[in-house]
Amino acid sequence: MKPHRTTLLMLPAFAMLGCIFLAPLAWFFVHTLLIDSDPSDLRDQLVAVLASRAMLRAIVTTNWISLLVTVTVLLLGYPIAYYLANRRGFRFTLVVFCVIVPYFTSIIVRTYSWMVLLGREGLINQALRDLHLISDPLPLLYNQFSIVIGMTYVLLPYMVLTLFAAMKGIDRNLLLAARGMGASGPMIFRRVYLPLSRHGVISGALIVFILSIGFFITPALMGGPSDVMVAMLIERSVEITLDWPGAAVMSLFLLSVTLLLYAVYYRVTDVRRLMGTV
Amino acid sequence: MRRVLPTYVGLICLLLMAPIVIVVILAFSGPGYLQFPPKTYSLHWFARFLGDPQWRASLWFSLIIGLIACVVATVAGFFAAYAFVRGSVRGKKLLLSLLLLPIIVPTVITSIAMYFLSARLHLVGNLVWVGVCHAVIALPVVLLILLSSLQGVDVNLERAALSLGAGHVRVFLRVVVPLAAPGIVSAALFAFLASFDELIISLFLTGVRTQTLPVRIWNSLHLEIEPTIAAVSAFLIGVTGLVLLIDGALRMRRRPAMKL
Repeated sequence: MKPHRTTLLMLPAFAMLGCIFLAPLAWFFVHTLLIDSDPSDLRDQLVAVLASRAMLRAIVTTNWISLLVTVTVLLLGYPIAYYLANRRGFRFTLVVFCVIVPYFTSIIVRTYSWMVLLGREGLINQALRDLHLISDPLPLLYNQFSIVIGMTYVLLPYMVLTLFAAMKGIDRNLLLAARGMGASGPMIFRRVYLPLSRHGVISGALIVFILSIGFFITPALMGGPSDVMVAMLIERSVEITLDWPGAAVMSLFLLSVTLLLYAVYYRVTDVRRLMGTV
Repeated sequence: MRRVLPTYVGLICLLLMAPIVIVVILAFSGPGYLQFPPKTYSLHWFARFLGDPQWRASLWFSLIIGLIACVVATVAGFFAAYAFVRGSVRGKKLLLSLLLLPIIVPTVITSIAMYFLSARLHLVGNLVWVGVCHAVIALPVVLLILLSSLQGVDVNLERAALSLGAGHVRVFLRVVVPLAAPGIVSAALFAFLASFDELIISLFLTGVRTQTLPVRIWNSLHLEIEPTIAAVSAFLIGVTGLVLLIDGALRMRRRPAMKL
């Protein structure tokens, strides 16, 4: 087939994207903000919604949790990726297995499994009580701590796979050269390996942060009454207060931030690595 | 240092697997109140899950929606992946990043927008429509898998077939598709899984009478955690395991195509 005719094969995918994804989004924003409500009120509405106490609190919470999750995921993920990049055979397969199985397990199931562990009558509290370490159950669930655990669990594979791809590309000869020149192990790591893997760190942190700020399922199930993230606020204004324009304004804000970060991600990394080239 | 790293990695792997393993073990516990390790083992909760007409209906809805999403996403994704690999068009990276948007845009926003449209078109609760909406979310998964799998297909084989007089459609069906078959099957499996496990879109788009498995788990986790959830979760984990197993077997057969 001639190359330009081959390109036409992209049409079904783009038709799908356009009709079922982009068009509903555009229609939703246009309809709620420009048709259903008076366009001249738009500015006031933007200010009213974005500067509301609930929204400001949600923005702070969202950023704080996303930051905590990104850092935790990085600290946990870096050693795993490093290990994978330097191992072959059975151990490699075993660790990949442990990363991949949760990766492809339903998010709701993964969240539920941590609820089973952390709950008031959960397994951790049961175990601690059986060991007579505590008399009253610890409040492990329904707070920021549990949100961070749950989200870290869901997002860790993205980080590991991104870092692994970057580390696989590091030229071993550079490390050997550093050793040959007399650098110590820790020094090689700090001065050669870490800078060479920086690219992966940035890509991984970006993708985890992007996915974190829009997260809904895990914080909604594992968070306490005061831990409201932006995505949850959006869902509530549709489901509970039926405030469609408010939901649209908040969505527009969250979407803009997400797209902005995605643009940065697009610049610094190969988008084909998004799922980690499993 | 030499011991610290493997120990640390081993510990994290344990933490990664423990919750899943524990849920599966819990699912096999005997009747009564859930505790770990279970006092007795039985298939009680699975019997409750599969014996309940409502749960069975949810399983059925999930399967139908998953199959529709799988077929739609795989077909569209395969064509697009082929065009990306063989076609000549400027701005491939930009086009690809557009097609990946559904996994970047927060699903809550996507779902609300889809709901807003579906409600006007009276499509809320329509299984085919939910399947098509899921297909958009599954599309990036299919695309990424097939992009790397099609890169392993030798373009010279297509040229050879063409020069021997086969038409374009024939080359596509008799050369490209069979060569890419293992990748296509993998992509289809993961597309099915993406839909089968999808929650937020289903939450908005399925009606009260067409709840999928994840939606029912969600509702149950919000109200009162019934122990049947452990069995349903174990079932979903089993489906994931099966998909990964088949994918692993397929991957053995197309070694050069994908790297990890």
